Amino acid sequence: MANRIELESVVIRFSGDSGDGMQLTGTQFSNTSAFMGNDISTFPDFPAEIRAPQGTIAGVSGFQVKIGSTEIITPGDEADMLVAFNPAALKANIHSLKKGGTILVNTDAFSEKNIEKATYKNNPLDDGSLADYNLIQVPVDTQTIETLKDLDLDVKSKKRCKNFFALGICYFVYHRNLESTIEWVNDKFGKKTILASANILAMKAGYNMAITLESIVSTYTIPKARLTPGKYRQINGNTSTAWGFLRAAEAAGLPLYLGSYPITPASDILHELSKHKNFGVKTFQAEDEIAAICSAIGAALTGSIGLTTSSGPGITLKAEAIGLAVTYEIPLVIVNVQRGGPSTGLPTKTEQSDLYQALYGRNGESPLIVVAASRPNDCFHMAYEATRLALQHMSPVMLLNDGYVANGTEPWLLPDVDKDYAKIEHQLVDPEQIDVENFKWFARDEKTLVRKWAIPGMKGLEHRVGGLEKDFITGDVSYDPLNHEKMTHIRQEKIARVANNIPLQQIEGDESGDLLVVSWGGTYGSVQMAVRALQKQGKKISLIHLRYLNPMPKNIENILKKFKKVIVPELNLGQLKGIINIKFGVRAIGYNKVQGLPFKISELEEVFKKELN
Amino acid sequence: MSDKNYNKKDFTSDQDVKWCPGCGDYSVLSSLQLALTKTGKKKEDIVCVSGIGCSSRFPYYMGIYGYHTIHGRAPAFATGIKVANPNLSVWLITGDGDCLSIGGNHFIHLLRRNVNINLLLFNNEIYGLTKGQYSPTSKTGIVTKSTPFGSLDRNFNPGLLAFGAGATFISKTLDTDPKHMMETFKEADQHEGISFVEVYQNCVIFNDGCHDEYTNRKSRDDNAIFLRHGDPMIFGKEREKGIIFKDMKLHIVRIGSEYKEEDLLIHDKTNRNQSYLLLAANEESAMPKFYGVVLQEEVVTFDQQVEIQIKEVTLKKGKGDFKELLNSGETWVIE
Repeated sequence: MANRIELESVVIRFSGDSGDGMQLTGTQFSNTSAFMGNDISTFPDFPAEIRAPQGTIAGVSGFQVKIGSTEIITPGDEADMLVAFNPAALKANIHSLKKGGTILVNTDAFSEKNIEKATYKNNPLDDGSLADYNLIQVPVDTQTIETLKDLDLDVKSKKRCKNFFALGICYFVYHRNLESTIEWVNDKFGKKTILASANILAMKAGYNMAITLESIVSTYTIPKARLTPGKYRQINGNTSTAWGFLRAAEAAGLPLYLGSYPITPASDILHELSKHKNFGVKTFQAEDEIAAICSAIGAALTGSIGLTTSSGPGITLKAEAIGLAVTYEIPLVIVNVQRGGPSTGLPTKTEQSDLYQALYGRNGESPLIVVAASRPNDCFHMAYEATRLALQHMSPVMLLNDGYVANGTEPWLLPDVDKDYAKIEHQLVDPEQIDVENFKWFARDEKTLVRKWAIPGMKGLEHRVGGLEKDFITGDVSYDPLNHEKMTHIRQEKIARVANNIPLQQIEGDESGDLLVVSWGGTYGSVQMAVRALQKQGKKISLIHLRYLNPMPKNIENILKKFKKVIVPELNLGQLKGIINIKFGVRAIGYNKVQGLPFKISELEEVFKKELN
Repeated sequence: MSDKNYNKKDFTSDQDVKWCPGCGDYSVLSSLQLALTKTGKKKEDIVCVSGIGCSSRFPYYMGIYGYHTIHGRAPAFATGIKVANPNLSVWLITGDGDCLSIGGNHFIHLLRRNVNINLLLFNNEIYGLTKGQYSPTSKTGIVTKSTPFGSLDRNFNPGLLAFGAGATFISKTLDTDPKHMMETFKEADQHEGISFVEVYQNCVIFNDGCHDEYTNRKSRDDNAIFLRHGDPMIFGKEREKGIIFKDMKLHIVRIGSEYKEEDLLIHDKTNRNQSYLLLAANEESAMPKFYGVVLQEEVVTFDQQVEIQIKEVTLKKGKGDFKELLNSGETWVIE
């Protein structure tokens, strides 16, 4: 009998051909773990091509999950266990496995042809190259077909149950319950159907076979995490974003209009919102990125919440229209799910290199509000916040997500929406409440500098607005030099005053110390874990993770000045660093990476440690 | 429906009109203002949207909700406005450069979707606001600032382009005939779907007289036919010429001994094949221009379909409730 070892957390990576069902296997493993009370975080890693040739490295699809008995905020750095369904999967993922880690391979897939396709010279299973790992070799195809031999099912369908056989083995190794997956299978295929039986049988057979395997020297338990009590669900970033907008529209009592155009990795927001027409959402797949945003502005002119979703290259195309929304002063939300650039760049890989674009990527002085989500379930909150700020300040708002948070999945403690996401006040005119005769459509609130939102259909409030400069008082076209200067300052100041309507920056750690880490966007998980680890070692290190980037919370400057050193880790060449250095006159240093990959906790720990010494 | 009788002033803004003296745009503006007094729609429900160019200054001069947007994109803004609020009557003002060059993509997609919008294309075959470069409708060989040795491009036939993109209403009118413009605009307003109206408009500064042959009061009767649905196609100062259809082609004939009025082609705006011939005929120098509603088809509009689909889905799934959505699917409780 294998040793039973208790672990605080474990990282497993499932990998195989695009058609091997690895995403499903990974999802089942993580769902089961969540139901068993662990905290989890997952990240799918699929190729940019839909179905690259079978057996090749380009066709490898992966799914990484981290489960733990403490709070888990990233899908983990290196894996403790790798499930490799073919030689290509082994080759593509072996570098992300810890030395001494466990590998489960499907030996049936290690044919000469597949080994060659994976660009191995020799069979890695018997050339000694895996000597540093604990190798579990199972002929998964043969075993699955043997298990299902009595079922009235063709061989191809039987073979397709092999991922459940492997899942059964993993369930044994990590002491997972089979029930929730059995329930899922019955739900999916229909109870007592032959496909349901086949998958359940395969999983149980895998589990039972694992008991007899001598290569499994230890099994592991991961105790329940001490999570905040409440109801949870799993959610990925793009769904979470879409739901944030749905709720914001409800809370504002305004219709939601999405104008979008397909682009990786943002399309899932369009897909998700298109499902919910019964919320009254209008989704419009436009002929191009420009039409997408222009139609959203059109909708906003009539009193809808105008929304457009895209990624870097698409945002570039929208730039002129964003400028128009700035000068129109209408509410509009632009979501940029950032990916590697420039140009087409790395469509399926993450990067946070569009901050400068968000802030400065237009002609003229054209300030707007910029916010960023920090993790998958934070997308809900920030989508809601983006909408709130757009509506309250009559301005376009750019929400910066990235491929990593957009596709990542994690449990989400369901918010009390009646309490925390209940009502959004906005600027839409109530014709009953105003003096129509004397209404000035372009007049501003003295404190916020925000104008009102009068829309077609409102009698007596007809007005004209355009991209030409507007007179400060009347809103009519004006070429007056001093008026232009005044309007330029007004637009700038209006955005600056948004700072009065956002929360102060929270600091994680002491309010002064040796090193302050400043981060933003999807790097939060890794940065936070690294900072916490060093804090535990007694280092004087603190973290501020920015979600409001323009304007920034009012207390940022004070925080910055209380630390000896400031470091800004970013998945770009130092964009936020550049901004805070100019804005606050500090001399922050950067730690930058642009490999299309997230930061590893361990690499950040090392970098911060070096700066602390 | 409107509860009051409007007059032209109701549709006039307090802004000074700044087109060049003698510009064809003045009469278009006046004709549309007059037409709007007669549509029966409430002034506050009418929206004017434009792109960039001389004609696109139009909204500033109309006493209604008006949006001057960005170059070429007015069809996309107009689509958003109409889809978001189908109760609005939307007038899209654009020029040959704005609509057919930088905005070509949006133009064809607006037509294929059949959004219920009225689109007025001011065609003066030149870029005016940028001071005189050739446009996609300029005749091949035109000498302009950007084509000192003559242009090499073939030009668009806007009506045929609209036809190819699936327009459900195609009409043509001319800046020298306010009454015809007004009638055409009223018909466009009544059409449920995209109404494409090409206005032959003169640019006095950079392309003066480009449409003279068929818009000038003296010569237009000989070079243009004012179509009426159900009427034979007759033209000429003495109404002595007509159009017949023979050998799969249109031919000009003299009415008299050989051809009687009853031999002439009768205009049927619902006959797509015939409309095609009228639109394509403009390419041949010998044929007259065809003014009026060349094509009209009843096709359900995009904006209506958006509403219908929302109703159907809501009927099937029930009205969306966020808390229900939040709790749907797999959830679990941590004690």
